[in-house]
Amino acid sequence: MNPIRLEKRLDGVAVLTFDNPAGPQNILSRSLFGHFRSAIEDVLADPHVKAAVLASGKKDFLAGADLKDFLACGTPEEGAALSAEGHDLMDLLAKSPKPFVAAIHGQVLGGGVELVLCCTYRLATDDPTTVLALPEVTLGLLPAAGGTQRLPPLVGLPAALPMMLTGQRVRSRKALRMGLVNALTTPGGLVETAAQAARRLAEGSLRPRRRKPSLVERLLSTPPGRAFVLRKARESVRAKTRGLYPAPFAILDCVEEGLKRGPEAGFRKEEVLFGELLAGEAARSLLTLFLHMTELKKPLDDTAPRPVKRLAVLGGGFMGAGVASVSLKRSAVVVKDVSDEVLSRCGRTVWEGLSKQVKSGAITRFERDRLWARLTPSLDYEAIRHADLVVEAVFEDLALKRKVLAETEAAVSESCVFASNTSALPISAVAAQALRPERVLGMHYFSPVPRMPLLEIVRAEKTSREALATARAFGVSQGKTCIVVKDGPGFYTTRILSPFLNEAMVLLEEGARVEAVDRALKDFGYPVGPVALLDEVGIDVGAHVAKDFGDTFRDRGLSSSEALPKLFAAGYEGRKNGKGFYIYGRSRRGPKPVNEAVYALLGGAPRRDIPALEIAERLAFLMVNEAVWCLQEEVLSSPRDGDVGGILGLGFPPFRGGPFRYLDTLGAGEAVRRMEAYAERLGPRFRPARLLEEAARKGTKFYASE
Amino acid sequence: MKSGRLPGRRVVVVDGCRTPFLRSGTDFLDLSAYDLGRAAVAGLLHRNPIDPKQVDALVMGTVISDPDTSNVAREVGLASGLPSSCPAYTLTVACVSANLAFVNAAHFIASGMADVVIAGGTETLSDAPIRLSRPMRKRLMGAQRVKGPLGLLRHFAGAKLRDLKPAVPAIADFSTGLSMGQNGERLAKRLGVTRADQDAYALSSHLRAAKARQEGRLGRQIVPVLVPGRFRIVREDNGIRGDSTPEKMGSLKPAFDRSFGSLTAANSSYLTDGASAVLLMSEEKARELKVRPLASLVSYGFTAMDPLDELLLGPAFAIPQALDGAGLTLDQMGVVEIHEAFAAQMVANLKLLESDSFARERLGRDRAVGRVDPERLNAWGGSLSIGHPFGATGGRLVTTCVQRMQEEGARYGLVAACAAGAVGNALVFERVEP
Repeated sequence: MNPIRLEKRLDGVAVLTFDNPAGPQNILSRSLFGHFRSAIEDVLADPHVKAAVLASGKKDFLAGADLKDFLACGTPEEGAALSAEGHDLMDLLAKSPKPFVAAIHGQVLGGGVELVLCCTYRLATDDPTTVLALPEVTLGLLPAAGGTQRLPPLVGLPAALPMMLTGQRVRSRKALRMGLVNALTTPGGLVETAAQAARRLAEGSLRPRRRKPSLVERLLSTPPGRAFVLRKARESVRAKTRGLYPAPFAILDCVEEGLKRGPEAGFRKEEVLFGELLAGEAARSLLTLFLHMTELKKPLDDTAPRPVKRLAVLGGGFMGAGVASVSLKRSAVVVKDVSDEVLSRCGRTVWEGLSKQVKSGAITRFERDRLWARLTPSLDYEAIRHADLVVEAVFEDLALKRKVLAETEAAVSESCVFASNTSALPISAVAAQALRPERVLGMHYFSPVPRMPLLEIVRAEKTSREALATARAFGVSQGKTCIVVKDGPGFYTTRILSPFLNEAMVLLEEGARVEAVDRALKDFGYPVGPVALLDEVGIDVGAHVAKDFGDTFRDRGLSSSEALPKLFAAGYEGRKNGKGFYIYGRSRRGPKPVNEAVYALLGGAPRRDIPALEIAERLAFLMVNEAVWCLQEEVLSSPRDGDVGGILGLGFPPFRGGPFRYLDTLGAGEAVRRMEAYAERLGPRFRPARLLEEAARKGTKFYASE
Repeated sequence: MKSGRLPGRRVVVVDGCRTPFLRSGTDFLDLSAYDLGRAAVAGLLHRNPIDPKQVDALVMGTVISDPDTSNVAREVGLASGLPSSCPAYTLTVACVSANLAFVNAAHFIASGMADVVIAGGTETLSDAPIRLSRPMRKRLMGAQRVKGPLGLLRHFAGAKLRDLKPAVPAIADFSTGLSMGQNGERLAKRLGVTRADQDAYALSSHLRAAKARQEGRLGRQIVPVLVPGRFRIVREDNGIRGDSTPEKMGSLKPAFDRSFGSLTAANSSYLTDGASAVLLMSEEKARELKVRPLASLVSYGFTAMDPLDELLLGPAFAIPQALDGAGLTLDQMGVVEIHEAFAAQMVANLKLLESDSFARERLGRDRAVGRVDPERLNAWGGSLSIGHPFGATGGRLVTTCVQRMQEEGARYGLVAACAAGAVGNALVFERVEP
C-alpha cells in the first residue's frame, strides 16, 4: 500500500498526503523515500501541475524517522549512506522549480522538520498540538537530512542552535516569530488554504516573506560573530555534557562546515558524522532506550484496566501535589489531608504548574480553569467515597500507611484500587491487615513528579491483575514510563540506589572529598553526584531509609554506613534546612562550596585523594550488581525494565544504556574481574551476583541480540 | 400566573451545595461570577457519583452580569467538567434568579425533555461592572469612525470633565428610582414595623446561623473553595455574627433615612459573593442511577405586584399561589425558608400572611393565608446572616429547605423570596422517604 496519496486537482495543485497505512503515525522510512521520490517526480513531470501541497492524513504531520532503519545500520558507512539517501531526496524537493507548500498540523519531528525546510512555503495551524522539533540530539544523533544546513539561514544561528542542541519544541506561534513557518491558519480547511498559497506562489502573487534579522543577529552573522556564537555554544555544550555525548559537537561541526565551505560540504559532513554517531555506543544506547520506552507504553496483557474517573490523593505534600498535577488532565482529583495549610500549599503547587503551562502555550487560560475545577481539597474521607483509584502519599511510616489504608477501605467501594506511593516500604507489609489486599499495590513516583518520567509500579504477591492493569494504564496516561516490579525491600530503584549512596558515605569515611565523589560520578555520566543528591532528597530521608533498609542484605556484606544517622542526629537535613554536605547561599549560580564541617563526623578533617575511576566504579558496580540481583530474584521481569528504571528513575548515565546494557558493553567477564578485585580489597559487598557470574562464565549477554 | 401542581413527571432534588458566602471585598475579591459558579457546579459534580455526561442542561441565575461572560452558565458548564454538548443558559430575575433557574430546570424534567439538570446561581458584588458615563461612551463609540489624530482630538474636544465620572450600577428599581433600602424603609413605615422588631429578627437570624454552622449543618451544604492567588481554602461563610447582641444591633445608625429611619446595616442583608448549584432529576432517573432523592417539587408560585408599594412582598403573594397549587395549607409546611432581604421585609410579609384584610383586598381570599411558626422559619439562619449573593440565594434556599426536611422529618417544605421589580416566587416541596 502506498503511504502517499497523490491527488491532482483541477486548479493545477497536486496534494501529496502522507497517510501511513500500517500505523497511526507517518514515519520517514526507507520505504517511504521511494514512494515520495516517485510522487515528486510525477509532480515535476506533469505539465498540468503548477504547484504542490504536502499534507498529512494523520493527527500528526510527520513523527520523524524510522528508528529501526537507524539501528539496522551497523557500520559508519551504512549510516552515511542512509543520510546520503535522505539528502538526495531533500535536494530534489528543495531544487524543485514548482513551489511546494507544507500544510503543517500536529507534530513535525526530526526528518519531518528537515523535509518542510525544503519546501517553498510552510503553513502551520495555530493549534496547540502543532509543534516542530529536532529531537535527534536526544537520541545521540544529528539532523542528517540537511537540517544543520537549512535551519540556520532560515531562523538565524542563535535560534537554530537551541533547537538542534537541545531538541527544543517550538509551537506554531513561536515558529512564526522565528521565521520557521511563513504563516498560520486554522486547522479546518488547512489543505484548501495551502492549495491557495501554492497556486498563488506559482502565479507569483504570493512571495514567501523573509524574516528581518535584528541588529544583534546581523552582527552575529558576520564571520567573527558566527565564530563567537559557535565558540560559546561549544563551551556550553562541554559544560553540560562533560564531553560524554558526541552528538552536540557533531552538530556544531556540521553547522561550522556549512558556514565555512557551503551547504554541499555541510551535507557531506552530516553524512560522515551521522554514520559515526550511529555506529557509536551512545546513540545505540539512546535509541534502544527510546524503543524500550515506546514498548512500555503498550498494555502488559489483555487484562482490561478499570476506568479511573475519580482519583483520590491522600497527603497533599509535595509528592501528593505532583501526583495531582499530572492527573488533572485525565480525571477528577480529590486531595485529602489533615490540614488546610497543607492543602492550600498543594493548591498553590498545582496552580503554579498549570500557570506555567499557560505561559508556555501548552494550555489555554480556559483549559487551566477547567483543570483547576477538577481539583477538590478535602479534610475528610467522605470526599473520596467515589474514587476509583487512591494514591496514598503520606509520610513513610508503616503504621501510618496501614492506618490510612484501613480508613480508605472503610470509605471507598470494593472495586477501588489502593496504591501506596512508597519508595521502600514493602507493599505486603502495608497491606498486611488490608480487607482487600488484591486491590493494593505500589505506585512509586519520583520527585518532582511532573518532571520525572518514571513510575515504578510494585506488584505484591496478592495484587490482582486488574488492579495492576488499572494502575499501569493510569500511569501511562499521566505520561509516565511504567515499569512493573515485584514487591520486596526497596523494590527495584530504591534497592539499587541504596548500596550506591551507601558507598558514597563509605568513601567519605575513608577520607574522600565530597566534591571528588560527586565529580567522579558526574564524569561517569550521572546528572547529579550522590552526595549532592542526598542533600536534595534530605539527609533525614537518607538516614530513615538506611535504618529501615540497611541491614536487609547484611549477609552479603552490604551493611549500612553510620554516617547518615550520625549527621542527622547532629541536625543535618540537607538543602531543606540549609545544613548539608554543601553550603547553600543565596546565589544559585556557580558550584556550591562544600561544608567542611561535615568531615568532623566523617573521620576527621584530613582528606586524601582517591582515584576518580575507583570512586565511580565502586558506586556504579554496586548499583549494577544490585540490579542483577533484582533480575535474579525476579524483582525485575527483564533487563529492559532495569535499564529504563535505572536511567529514568535514578539518572544512570543514559548513554551507557542502563545497568544491564552497561554490563553487556563492558563485558560480563571484565565486570566480574574488576568486581572481584574490589571484593578482595574492600569486602564481599562487591561479590558479583550469580547471574552475572554465569554470564561471565558462558560469555553471554543480558540482551541476547540486537 | 395560575395555581396548580407541577404538571408532568415527578421532579426530585438529589443534592444541593454552595460556595461559602463571603462579604464582598474579602477572600473572593479577585474571583469573577464565572469562577464562583465553576466552584459550585464542579463541587456538586465531585460530591455526587454521577457521570457529568448524564447532565442534560445547566441553568444559572445571575443579576449583575459580567460583560465578559454574559452567558455565565455556559462558561461555568464548560469549565466545570460538564461536556460541551450540555446546553446552558443564564437568566436574570433579580433576587429570585436561581429560584426561576430551578423552576425552569424542573419544567425540563417534568415535561420529559431532560432527565438530569443542574440549576443554580452565581454572583459577585466585589467586581460589579463600572461603566463610563453615557456621554463618554457615546464619544468612544463615535471615535471608531473618526480618521486621523487631529480628527480624534476634535472629536473629544467637547468632552466635559464630569463625563469622566464612572457610572456605578445601583441596586435600585428602574421604574421607581428607589433603592431596595429606600423602598424597605417605605414599607416599614407603612406597616408600622418597628426598629425593635427588625433588630430582634436580625439578631435571631445571626444566632440561628451561628448555631447551624457550629453544628456542622451549613458545612454540609458548602463546598470548600481553594482561591488561586491567595491559596487559602475557604470553608465558611464570613458574615455570620454569632456574637451579636441587642445592644450592638441597637447602636447602629439608620442607613437609608438618617433622621427617621429604622433600617440599618445590621438588619439589612449585605453585599455578598457566592454561588450555588442544585442537582435535579426525574424520579425514574434517580432510581435508575441509584441516587437518593431528598424531596420532590409539588408546585410553585410566580407573581408580580406594584413595584412602589409592594416591592418586597413577593412571599405574601407567591406563597398562597403555590400552596393553592399544591392543595396544601401553610400550617402543613414543616419547613419554611424565606429569603431575608431586610428584617423589615420579613416582618412585613409575616404580618400580611396573617392578615385577613390583606387576604381579602389583595389576594381575593376570605381568610388570611396563615401564620408561619417562627420555629419552622429559617432555622439555620437566612440571607441577613449568611449573606445574599443575589443570583445565588435561591439555590441556598432550596438546598437548605430540602436538607432541613430530611433532618427534621418534615413532610412538606416551602421556599419563598421577593425580588426587585416586585416579583415573587414560592416553591412547595414534598419529602421523599429514604
